[in-house]
Amino acid sequence: MKYPLSLKVNEEVFEIEIPANRTLLDVIRDELGLTGTKYGCGTGECGACTVLLDGLPVNACIIPALQVNRRSVTTIEGVSRDGVIHPIQEAFITYGAIQCGYCTPGMILSAKALLDRNPRPQEMEVREALVGNLCRCTGYQKIVEAILSLVKR
Amino acid sequence: MRLRKFEFFSPTSLMEAVELLAQHKAKAKVIGGGTDLIIQMKQKLIHPGLIINLLEILELKGIEKNSDGLRVGSMVNHSTLESSALLCEGWKILAAGSHQVGSPQIRNLGTLGGNLCNASPSADTAPPLLVLEAKANIVSPRGERVLPLESFFVGPGITVLEKDEILKEVTIPAMPQNSTSAYLKLGRRKSPDLALVSTAVILTLNPQTRICERARVALGSVSPTPMRAKNTEKFLMGRILDGNVIREAGDIAKRECCPISDIRASAEYRREMVRVFTERAIKQALN
Repeated sequence: MKYPLSLKVNEEVFEIEIPANRTLLDVIRDELGLTGTKYGCGTGECGACTVLLDGLPVNACIIPALQVNRRSVTTIEGVSRDGVIHPIQEAFITYGAIQCGYCTPGMILSAKALLDRNPRPQEMEVREALVGNLCRCTGYQKIVEAILSLVKR
Repeated sequence: MRLRKFEFFSPTSLMEAVELLAQHKAKAKVIGGGTDLIIQMKQKLIHPGLIINLLEILELKGIEKNSDGLRVGSMVNHSTLESSALLCEGWKILAAGSHQVGSPQIRNLGTLGGNLCNASPSADTAPPLLVLEAKANIVSPRGERVLPLESFFVGPGITVLEKDEILKEVTIPAMPQNSTSAYLKLGRRKSPDLALVSTAVILTLNPQTRICERARVALGSVSPTPMRAKNTEKFLMGRILDGNVIREAGDIAKRECCPISDIRASAEYRREMVRVFTERAIKQALN
């Protein structure tokens, strides 16, 4: 049995029909073809599937898509605008905060949510904001430095 | 990892949810933030044929202060709890408990009701609510019933909820004057982790004599359910809390709990950590 789902993703509204057992991650990647959001653990622990739901970071892999009917989602594709990368993305590149890149979309969205809420975080606050995003490659140092470089003086 | 098929309903009132659950109770589960339910479904531990979404029900989402104290709806999420001005004003220890849950992503989804109804012995909101002496309000087709949270937990993952009952809200009395509190959790790492041991403490000291007039202590992860450490409480009450008293309180708490050895830690280590963390929580509450 299929259910109607109306979802705003990166400012664009999608009206689709899906079975209830599709997670938000399934819909983003498979129905909408937005593959920037990654499948990591599938159990809400690694943060590779982080998206912003009404501006707040959540794990898309554990949300039944129908639960977010009529709400607004931001994926990594929505962070850049008209082909111009966001300062957070610029900083990640400049500071060498990307190795394999798999955790990066989730990291950037968690960072964006933090800076939108608090433009002047201390280092500890940055690290706490990222506890739900695991990185196997970088050891987190460059990621934290990249985000701190954006803190407005 | 594809979930098995299920039907999905999103009632907009509590009454509708209760009716739906009563109708389909054999195969239905309610969902809050889904941070426990969906994971258990992915682990193939449960296969509900029907899921009832409680997140659209406004009656379950309020935090309200009244003459009796505080009412917190079961569908309030941990992010809201950890940053609630009302909570920080008079019930800070609950905000502290919610802050320890998972990660920002999990806290933006997970609910108070879900944390309690999932009934993990290590649930972070449980020790704070136990020391606050909260009550649980449960609704069903038979009406409403209220019970102390202490009676709500039966065993690991098991509550008193019948298949057609929904936790509506918790009610929390005001903390006594001159009370201080602390909630501490020991994990293996700084990232999301289940507690190995957690301690919640509320102390009420006489401002002149400095005698502890009232003590509430609760422990998580060291017994089949979150528990009140009543021997420890009895010991603290009527005493001035100097170093020796605090040390002995830690020892009593250590003897009161009954942890198991599992993949995360041995029972022996947990017991010793109960001693350490009870001492630390008392000292933190006193500062």
